[in-house]
Amino acid sequence: MADFSATVYQNEFLADGGTDVQAIVSISCTGAGTAGQGGDGDAGEIIIIDTSGSMGVETMEGAKAAAVAALGEIVDGTWFAIISGNGAAFLAYPNVKSGPGMVRMDSRTRAEATRAINNLSAAGGTVISTWLDLAGTLFTSVPEVQQRHALLLTDGENNEPNEVLDAAIKRATGFYQADCRGAGTDWKVSEIRRISQALLGTVDIIPAPAQMQAEFEAIMRTAMSRGVADAQLRVWAPQGAQVNFVRQVLPTVEDLTARRTLVNDLTGSYPTGAWSDETRDYHVSVRLAAKALGQEQLAARVQICVGDEVKAQGLVKAKWSDDTNLTARIDAQVAHYTGQTELAQVIQEGLAAKAVGNEELATTKLGRAVQLAAETGNDEATSKLRKVVEVEDAGAGTVRLKKAVEKADEMALDTASTKTTRVRK
Amino acid sequence: MTCATCGQELVEGALFCENCGAKVGADAAPTALDVPAGATDDDSPISRPTSVNHQQVVADAPQTRVCAECGGTVGAEGYCDQCGAKAATERDHFREAPAAWVAGVCDRGVQHHRNEDAMALWADASGRAVLVVCDGVSSSADSDVASLAAARAARDVLRAPMPKGLGVPESVEAAAAKVFAQAAAAANTAVIANTAPSSPNPASCTFVAATLEGELLRHACIGDSRAYWFPDAGEGVQLTTDDSMAQMLIAGGTSREEAEKAPQAHAITKWLGKDSPDIVPVTGSRVLEGAGWVLVCSDGLWNYASDPAALRTQLDAALTSVGESGQAAPAEGGAAPVPAEGSAAPVPADVALALVEFAKQAGGHDNITVALARVGTAG
Repeated sequence: MADFSATVYQNEFLADGGTDVQAIVSISCTGAGTAGQGGDGDAGEIIIIDTSGSMGVETMEGAKAAAVAALGEIVDGTWFAIISGNGAAFLAYPNVKSGPGMVRMDSRTRAEATRAINNLSAAGGTVISTWLDLAGTLFTSVPEVQQRHALLLTDGENNEPNEVLDAAIKRATGFYQADCRGAGTDWKVSEIRRISQALLGTVDIIPAPAQMQAEFEAIMRTAMSRGVADAQLRVWAPQGAQVNFVRQVLPTVEDLTARRTLVNDLTGSYPTGAWSDETRDYHVSVRLAAKALGQEQLAARVQICVGDEVKAQGLVKAKWSDDTNLTARIDAQVAHYTGQTELAQVIQEGLAAKAVGNEELATTKLGRAVQLAAETGNDEATSKLRKVVEVEDAGAGTVRLKKAVEKADEMALDTASTKTTRVRK
Repeated sequence: MTCATCGQELVEGALFCENCGAKVGADAAPTALDVPAGATDDDSPISRPTSVNHQQVVADAPQTRVCAECGGTVGAEGYCDQCGAKAATERDHFREAPAAWVAGVCDRGVQHHRNEDAMALWADASGRAVLVVCDGVSSSADSDVASLAAARAARDVLRAPMPKGLGVPESVEAAAAKVFAQAAAAANTAVIANTAPSSPNPASCTFVAATLEGELLRHACIGDSRAYWFPDAGEGVQLTTDDSMAQMLIAGGTSREEAEKAPQAHAITKWLGKDSPDIVPVTGSRVLEGAGWVLVCSDGLWNYASDPAALRTQLDAALTSVGESGQAAPAEGGAAPVPAEGSAAPVPADVALALVEFAKQAGGHDNITVALARVGTAG
């Protein structure tokens, strides 16, 4: 049985008239077990492989090998299916025309699926909305499956209007989770990120076909370790208070504020998807009505819930004080993650400016990013930034844009922009 | 040896009762038999108070508490589920009203993070009352636990009727002084029982007690908590004398105003506790003439109105506010009786709350305890 714990990092002291409380709530899960084994329904996995004509022989063979490797990571007993996607979506495995569109994994179905994958060939366009909808239909066809996860690989731009894709994303949101990977450099990070963010998954670039196998194995291994099918973050704030924002800040920055659904007048629920043995940090900001000096109050109660059961909770407090030694301090965790959130933002803004040829703005934004990455000790961001800009002074944030930049490096910087690191001890 | 709280047989050398968990020797719930023999003599009535009701206020905490700010429910962590306000714990703010004419409020104040003041009151309808206030010393450990145990121990000694002596006034006074000394000793024992043996800062507290038997008021004091008498007609008086540096300066000729501003003015020269140099209180008595108020308080109140005339002004203001609004502050657990217009008597509990509110408005730098007894009839 999974255990959750919650730790709150904050400076609860507010100056006279102070209203805004900031806290980092760190939530850890242990003993999660294996997906589908917790007794709350079965787990289902769908692998979606882009089979559009642009894939080419080398990428297609890499994708096939990777999908086969991923099959090896899917635990026996897990329901699964393979979708081949191009201008439309096709059920590559299991080979059925009606009834349940998924089968349980065992040695026989694994061998059959391997053969089906090896028979795939590349042709046609890319219409991702149809892939997402077929995955949803397949999950629906097996009511026993309560934990739903898809792995989506694509290599090119989506040939359909944004609204159509967004409508498909909306239909999938809250129903299944999806990790997305882009092969090569012909796909658009912002487009695929829309899918992965809404479906509580990750996005990354796989620059070379040879890297696909390890990546697919890792994704599937992580998915199988998520023994907690679904958990929600609940945030209570007192009457008259306003929740400024709720952000996941570790392992990646995700703004959850707009995903709030009401539990009751004072409590909002935010989806967090499935959990493995892991730690996620959340940044919560609440605006209160100021109270008199010496007063204390609860500013927020942050809970992690599975179903309606509260698994752990952290209390965010506010105490008004006239002691500036107490009120002037900013909690190290809050400062760190505030910096990391800005880092993600300036990287994305800098790359967007560079893409439209605004070099001055791009230089400023990416300079700030270099500065923040150095300050907050985000070494991955620093090394990825160095492939895009020449750093003159990291402390001051002065950089020059590199003249010749590998597109893959730029995309890798973009996809990794939301990845965060913990506070350096 | 048996546990004083539940009666369970205790293992030799036990520090806590195996049955109820009470600390051995600490704030034990006394019975009438615990009243020291010296508290009575041959002339005293043989009947003694038998009802043991003194733990009700703090011990019988209601299961669900109501937020004082918004009326919501206080959750398990001590914060309101509705507005988030931190609810005062039962120790941070408690009230006692053992009879319609006797009441007290003990409050954390504003600046301190816990309430080390304590009070224990007892009264009956016939005009007998006991008011004890102890102020835990902040610099020592566990003073909040020790002060409450001390106040209750002293109150339970003083509940028995005062000895009537051998007829001559001197012997009556001497017998009363002995009872107060026993009360202070019981309080001291309670403080020590709540002090960890190895504590580098042993718990300590002040002690002030007042007993009323009809018009006869007796008082005793160790430290700087005080008793005052405010007759409806005439000037108020401070009955007790502080054991403090300020008082030593006053005795040496410095004005009260100057003395109370002096460095170390608040340092007390006598206290209860393991390291106390002297636990015999200075006692006194007064026959009260006419109607008025007996006020027993900690320095959390008198810091803002030390002189009897200044404190009288605040008492009058409190009486006025209670008289005007019906009640000075939201009464706990239901409305206090609203006095009829004009001549109706103010409720002591409301007056005490109003005085605590005055001290909080003035800054609330220390814990505040106000215990009042209304003597005579007219309000």
